[in-house]
Amino acid sequence: MADSKDIKVREKQELTTPAEQTKPGAVFTPQVDIFETEKEITLLADIPGVKSDKLNIDLRDDILTITGDVEPVESSAEEDVLIEYETGRFYRQFTLSEVIDQSKIDAKLGDGVLRLTLPKVEKATPRKIAIKSA
Amino acid sequence: MIYRRFLGVPSWEFKGPFAELERMKRQMDRLMEGWGATYQKPFAGVFPLINLTETKDSFFIRAELPGVVAGDLDIQATANSISVTGERKIPSENKEARWHRREREAGKFSRMISMPSEIDPNKVDASLVDGILMVVVPKAEVSKPRQISVR
Repeated sequence: MADSKDIKVREKQELTTPAEQTKPGAVFTPQVDIFETEKEITLLADIPGVKSDKLNIDLRDDILTITGDVEPVESSAEEDVLIEYETGRFYRQFTLSEVIDQSKIDAKLGDGVLRLTLPKVEKATPRKIAIKSA
Repeated sequence: MIYRRFLGVPSWEFKGPFAELERMKRQMDRLMEGWGATYQKPFAGVFPLINLTETKDSFFIRAELPGVVAGDLDIQATANSISVTGERKIPSENKEARWHRREREAGKFSRMISMPSEIDPNKVDASLVDGILMVVVPKAEVSKPRQISVR
């Protein structure tokens, strides 16, 4: 099997925003996969710990924004022994080159992975252009 | 508590050939801190990264494992260690998909966590919710703190 290699550890990428955040806390960039077929664009993002009501997907003027907040899970009685990762907000923005049919956007969240399907509007699907000889 | 956090417990009894180098690096980091450099988190270099916390009665291990199914996880406990082994599978997509980005990784992982004190391996409990693994590890009776009354 091709994918049976070991996963290399990667530290969570903290986002350094040019603008200051109104809400205190760390902001992280989730890892994403994006692929495109003729009909739609699919985006998969790793956002562990985000509950569906704390996830916000916004598409406006070709800019797709994904924001997900992770609530702190530790109870106040717990004391830190070893802290290797921090939690906070996941934030990522993309500019979409295609025109997306806003009414058909579909988002699923399961096991900490967001699957976002963005169908292209009819006229943006590529058409084979026949070249007529002059 | 801060002291323990800096030393990167729970595995500092494993003194490899780099232990001395590590110790020097830590000392340097501590010196640098006063000069405005930020404190570096202890970093085991093994996937997944974990957070370990404790209460009087138990330890809590948390790890971010998005896209991992509970059936692909194997957790084993001994009297002083927990091992987390598993595989993250990313199902293959439509053949005609053309990729823009591919940052998510699939593969196997395996991590051993040595606990700072003795635990009760029979009562370890693990759950996987929203891609976060949480293992509750009760401490063994001998390692629980005892209230000592002063007469």
